[in-house]
Parts: sequence; structure tokens; C-alpha cells
Amino acid sequence: MEPLDRVRSKTVVIASSNIDTDQIIPARFLTTTTKEGLGTHLFADWRYLADGSPNPKFVLNSPEASGCRVLVAGRNFGCGSSREHAPWALLDYGIRAVISTEIADIFKSNALKNGLLPVTVDEAVAQWLMDHPGAEVDIDLESARLTLPTGVASPFPIEAFARHCLLNGIDELGYLSSRMRNIEDYEAARTW
Amino acid sequence: MSAHTLFEKVWAAHEVVPETADAPAVLYVDLHLIHEVTSPQAFSVLRSLGLPVRRPDRTLATMDHSTPTSTDQVFGKVAIKVDAAAKQVRQLETNAAEFGVELFGMRDARRGIVHVISPELGCTQPGMTIVCGDSHTSTHGAFGALAFGIGSTEVGHVFATQCLLQRKPKTFAVNVEGKLPEGVTAKDLILAIIGRIGVSGGTGYVLEYRGSTIRDLSMDERMTVCNMSIEAGARAGMIAPDEVTFEYLKNKPRAPRGEQWDAAVSRWRHLVSDSHAKFDASVDIDAANLEPMITYGTNPGMVVPISGAIPQGGDRAAAAGPVAAVHERAMDYMGFRSGDAMLGKRVDVVFIGSCTNGRLEDLQAAARILKGRKVAAGVKLLVVPGSQQIKRDAETMGLAQIFKDAGADWRESGCSMCLGMNGDTVGAGQYSVSTSNRNFEGRQGVGARTLLVSPLTAAACAVRGRITDPRELL
Repeated sequence: MEPLDRVRSKTVVIASSNIDTDQIIPARFLTTTTKEGLGTHLFADWRYLADGSPNPKFVLNSPEASGCRVLVAGRNFGCGSSREHAPWALLDYGIRAVISTEIADIFKSNALKNGLLPVTVDEAVAQWLMDHPGAEVDIDLESARLTLPTGVASPFPIEAFARHCLLNGIDELGYLSSRMRNIEDYEAARTW
Repeated sequence: MSAHTLFEKVWAAHEVVPETADAPAVLYVDLHLIHEVTSPQAFSVLRSLGLPVRRPDRTLATMDHSTPTSTDQVFGKVAIKVDAAAKQVRQLETNAAEFGVELFGMRDARRGIVHVISPELGCTQPGMTIVCGDSHTSTHGAFGALAFGIGSTEVGHVFATQCLLQRKPKTFAVNVEGKLPEGVTAKDLILAIIGRIGVSGGTGYVLEYRGSTIRDLSMDERMTVCNMSIEAGARAGMIAPDEVTFEYLKNKPRAPRGEQWDAAVSRWRHLVSDSHAKFDASVDIDAANLEPMITYGTNPGMVVPISGAIPQGGDRAAAAGPVAAVHERAMDYMGFRSGDAMLGKRVDVVFIGSCTNGRLEDLQAAARILKGRKVAAGVKLLVVPGSQQIKRDAETMGLAQIFKDAGADWRESGCSMCLGMNGDTVGAGQYSVSTSNRNFEGRQGVGARTLLVSPLTAAACAVRGRITDPRELL
């Protein structure tokens, strides 16, 4: 995995709360056996009309959304299914960070393993971002701080090990494999 | 001696390396369940790294999500209609054979929904850690196992090391007291719990369902409750094992036998939260005053008693965030208005099945209402057993005949219309009364409108062709 230390980008805002992974990538696109190309289907049922043409009312189809790498969303983003296709689709589309007041557990875990930054902020910061779509934000992973164009900087929580892996481009599997001796000892010691 | 919760006991027994400030715990996985949708990318990683599946003896594969439910397609007289699904099925067959993983394939008598077959075979046991690339893995918590859904990258981690890197979650006691009234089921109970704590109320926690109501539930019912823990945001939900659990597991094909059984049971008896154990959060639920529940919106927390009306402006816990906007969007999608009564609303499709409510007792409940009655004109009723074993049992017991006589479509097992991956979908704008677990926009098909209910309520709605209180037909 490529090291990741900073995401600087304009934001695109989807204000809805409880955006579930079925919205991010509907189940009918999960019949793939690879990770590639899922960006086309990102938010498919919101993004495209029944005839397959872009829905002009959906924010990702607006000219302002083009090139935005940071998605601001309502509370409890990524709830529902454990499908890793959700972060794969966001990344393939070009999103590198998701900002919300709350991000669902499994989605957050999947995002971190693929270099998609889950950034949890308080209500005030979230509200400011909702009110200022297209704002240029700076997400610094080293200091775990999100800086708004107003200069206001807020720290965000991020699991220490995941942060270390992202900053250094380390695959977690490498770390787990390095503990193989412990795993073998555990198995040998189990009496049940 | 300090007091521990059930979760803490199971967690501690599986810590290969405890967590520190710098690194999560290395947690050992006893049983890894896999299926065709979330495993292919993980097998690809193994192949690219030249790694084997480290413990194929702790890995079990089945196919359920994208598999057809029509007998012709399953048993090969007709090709699988959805091309991509057929490819996924073939891919799992190839991967399982190459990596030496036991697979219950398309025509295997033991095949079924992954969360239905593992308990049914006795693979799911108290005190285990169980993972699967599927969020409804929480189902297995009904046995006092710590069971949770993982992503495909983690599926690869478990393949390669039999372990996962995990931060220890917090604990949440869901205390339920009182006798469930006639016509009110485990499904209604869990929907009420989600309505109470909200769709993200359990985020970061492992739930433990406790109290006299839970103790009185059968294993099928306990699985229904634990299954939907994730709909409250909790990755796992657990119930302490007891005589009901042991009775269910005894003589299951893969449960321990003889002396090993006795040793296992005495070990399992310790899997209860100590009386002074502290939980990080708790909620008290009164089961005696519950009604059959039904969802009206686009997440499982948007739920009301069936005799109730859609709230004005939405339920705050369910909506979370810009409450009014979420509620209005849901109303628009569902074609409902705030203040509408739920009883009497239109029904187009009824789905009875899924890992939530596709077990034998669920089918028995539905048959209780459908016996001697007919599905209303213009309504399509699809009944999909959770496993081939349940299908055979339901046929032997005469349940299948009751469904067929009523005019239902009786199918082979699988996830089917719960998520519509296999072609079993609900049409745009249609109302689907479903015993499944998610009423998200488009979950059962593009534009499909899902109302989550119990099997009793689903059957009653099929008979009347309108949203109906099942107690009128009992």
C-alpha cells in the first residue's frame, strides 16, 4: 500500500445521515470477483436515473464535485453490510477521506485497510462543513488534525496502529504474520 | 477476584497478544465461515503472496448470497440465470478445491445460508470466536460465541494467520424482562430494541441480551435477536449459553460427543457474566407491553407498533442528524406520509426467509397463519428456507404443502430476496413485507419499498393483502 500522510482537497457534501453500504454500492454489483472498477457503480441508485443517465439532482454529478477527494456526510456513515466493496468503490471513484460525526465500525475498519481516511468530527465542525460545500480542507494524518479554510484546526481520533500503517504504507498482514510464533504458541497451549 | 462479562471472558480466552496503546490485540479465530461474495478477493491475495489457508480445518465455505432459489437452476436442469453469479459460484468451487477448504456446494444437502447452517451442523459452539465476511455473523452470538462480520481484507488475514487485529469493544447490557404477549415474537423484540437505542446506538459495543425474556427464548428465536445486533450498529450481540443451548447442540453432527461433550458443557457453563460484572452501557426493555412491530422507513430504527402511526418528523434516535430531512426523504421513498396508520396499507410482495427469519420455527409460525388460507389476489408470497435441511424438514412436516396450498412460491435455500443479488427482487415502487433485516433504499431491488416484520405478521399480510395485525388471524 502507498504511504498516506495528507489529503488536501475541496469537499463534496452528502448531508443524509445513516448512509448505508447498500447505497454506497448496491448488492447487484457485488457479483464481481475483483476490487477494480467499482467507482462506476458508486452511489449507483442515487447517481443514475432509471435509463442509466446521470441524475442531474445528485451532487456527484454537479461540475463542482469534479476532482473532490473528500466526502462530507451525515452521521453514521457506512452502516449496514460489511462489504469492503464500499471503500473500494469510493477509492476507485477518487475519494480519499470521509468526514462525519460518526462512522460505522465495520466500514471504518475496511476503509483504514485500504487507505481511505475515516475522519470523525464534532457537530460544530460537521455543521460548518455542511454549510460550506466545496470548502478546501487539509487532513493531516501525522498530527491527526483537520484544518478548515478558516484556519480552525480540530484533532480527530484515529487508531494508533492503523495510523502508523497508513503513514508508512505497511500492510497489516505483514505485522500479523510477524506474530506467527505467538500464534503457534497460543495454539499449542490451548487445552480445548 | 474481579467480575467479568461474558464477552470479556470469551475475548480473554482468545487473546494471542493483548492490545497496547500502540497496537490492537491479536485475536484468535476458532471458526471462519466464508461465502462466494466476500471471499474471492481474499483468495486472490493468498495466491499473489503464495500463501496457503493456514487452518482449513477451521474454515467452512458455502454459497448463499448470489445462488438461485429456483429448483431448476440449483439442480442443473437450467443454467444459473445471472451470469456474474454463476461465475462467483464457480470461483468459490475453484478456490475451495485449490486451498483445501471444505465447501457445501450448490447441490450439497448441507448447503444453506451461512448463518443458518453453521448452528444447524453444530459448528457454532459457546465460547468460540467466529468471523465471516458478512455483517450478520452476529447471529452466532446466540450461542455465547463472540461472532462478528469482517471485510474481505480481514478474510485474507484470517486465511493467512487464523487471527485478526482487533481493538477491544465496549460492553452494553440489553436487559429484557416480562413475557412476550401472544403474537409478539423475537423479531418484534429486536425491532423494538433497535427502535429504542437507534441504528447507531450500539456502535463500538458488543451487546449482551439478558433477562427472563431472553432465557425463555428458543435457539431459533435467540438467533433472530442476535442477528440484528448490527442493525443497532453493534458488530456483535451475545446471549449466555444455558440448558436451551446445550439441548439444541446435543447430537448435532459436528458437536462434541461422549466425554468430549461432557467436558465441553462443563466449560460452557462458566460462560455467563459474573453477577457484579460492569457494563459500559445498559438499557431496560419491558417485553410484556410490546406489540408486533413494523418498519415504515428506510432503516430498521424507523419502526412502530403495528397498530401505530408514522411519527411526525421521525423518530430522533432512528433518524440521527438532520432529523426532518431524513424523515422526509424516507417518506418520499416509501410513498408514505407522517401520521399515516400502518394497518391497512397496500402489500404487493411478501418474503419469508433470510438469516433473520428463515429457520424452522419461523416457517412453523408462518404456517400457523397460512394453514387453510389463501394468499390474497395480486400478492406474491415467496417462502425461502434458510437451508436445505430446513427445506427437507418443512416438507416432511407438511409445512411446504401448507405454503403451496396457500399459493406461495416454495424455493430452494439462500439469501434470496433479502438483498436481491440472485435475481429474486422486488419491483420499483412495490411494497414488500419482509422477514429480512434491512429496509434500506433499494435493498430488495431498485426502488423497492421494504417493511420489516415477523413471520407471523408477514403471513397475515399475505393473506389479507394489506398490513394486518397477525393477532387477528391467530
